[in-house]
Amino acid sequence: MHKSEDFAQELIDSGYDFFTGVPCSIIGNLITTLTDRPDITYIPAVREDAAVGVASGAYMAGKIPVVLMQNSGLGQCLNTLTSLNLIYKLPCLLIVTWRGFEGKDAPEHLVMGRTCNKLLDTIGIPHHDFNHDNIKSLVNMSYKLVTENREPMVLFLKKGIIE
Amino acid sequence: MNYREAITTITELLDDQLVVCANGLISREAYTIRDRPENFYMIGSMGMASSIGLGVALGKPARKVIILEGDGNLLMNLGSLPMAGSLQPGNLLHIVLDNEVYASTGNQPTISNVIELEEIAKSSRYAYVRKVTTNDDLKREVVYTLGNDGLSFLLVKIADQEEEREIGRVTHDPEQIKERFMSTM
Repeated sequence: MHKSEDFAQELIDSGYDFFTGVPCSIIGNLITTLTDRPDITYIPAVREDAAVGVASGAYMAGKIPVVLMQNSGLGQCLNTLTSLNLIYKLPCLLIVTWRGFEGKDAPEHLVMGRTCNKLLDTIGIPHHDFNHDNIKSLVNMSYKLVTENREPMVLFLKKGIIE
Repeated sequence: MNYREAITTITELLDDQLVVCANGLISREAYTIRDRPENFYMIGSMGMASSIGLGVALGKPARKVIILEGDGNLLMNLGSLPMAGSLQPGNLLHIVLDNEVYASTGNQPTISNVIELEEIAKSSRYAYVRKVTTNDDLKREVVYTLGNDGLSFLLVKIADQEEEREIGRVTHDPEQIKERFMSTM
């Protein structure tokens, strides 16, 4: 298991400097870590679309933002992603926890669990999956793509990869 | 006061302040009255003006940032009020033009005829909250809030109907709107 402290450090080292989101148990420690660090700001958002909106504003003000959420939140921010981020080319890295992966979860997670990646394919947002070995390389690659292509990108995080 | 008069009054008092204009008639009026690169015009993402404005204000604390939206936009993302209140960005001025209808889609009623939005701003810890109903009061409050630090909220009650007329759409494409806006920071 990768430590949340190291994961946060990799995000910061790669160049991300604005953090917001809505918690999921999978990223609970990561959010605590980001909140506790004196050198960065984590903005607790009330909803995932509000988080994406704040991140978009921060990007225009010169920040490179990360938004943290559960895949249930992708539904909440679908309109913001399609009618703001994709058409204005307002980038952010979305770290999205993948609840309901392979049908092993509570009932409320199962539909989004089997469709969240296809949903992103449909609206045209690139996505990749974290595994135990690719955290540093995916974070660095995401920063390059997000800042060069100026589009949102999703990195899915399943249970059991960070602690 | 109709909303075109309100937007004209606000626009005439602006210098280099950054303004996030909500989608629909507010962006179209602001663009038609006086297009300026410091205006960010939303064309979609209804409800997000307050969140985008908050993000800009947090990222550029030395610049005054104005959110210009209607009651429909605010009601769609009411959680943005306590979010801003919890963070207290002193450079943020939130102006809500409240005509109690969704004017952009043909004046269907919202619920702000019975819900006092300024009270929600107060309980969300906005430092300065005023409700104005006349153009003179609007002018005075905009002058005051532009000149003072502190998270502020102006509820502007729009009582008069707009006269029937053609109003243009924002002709810049979304990327241009963003690039222009960013170039002013």
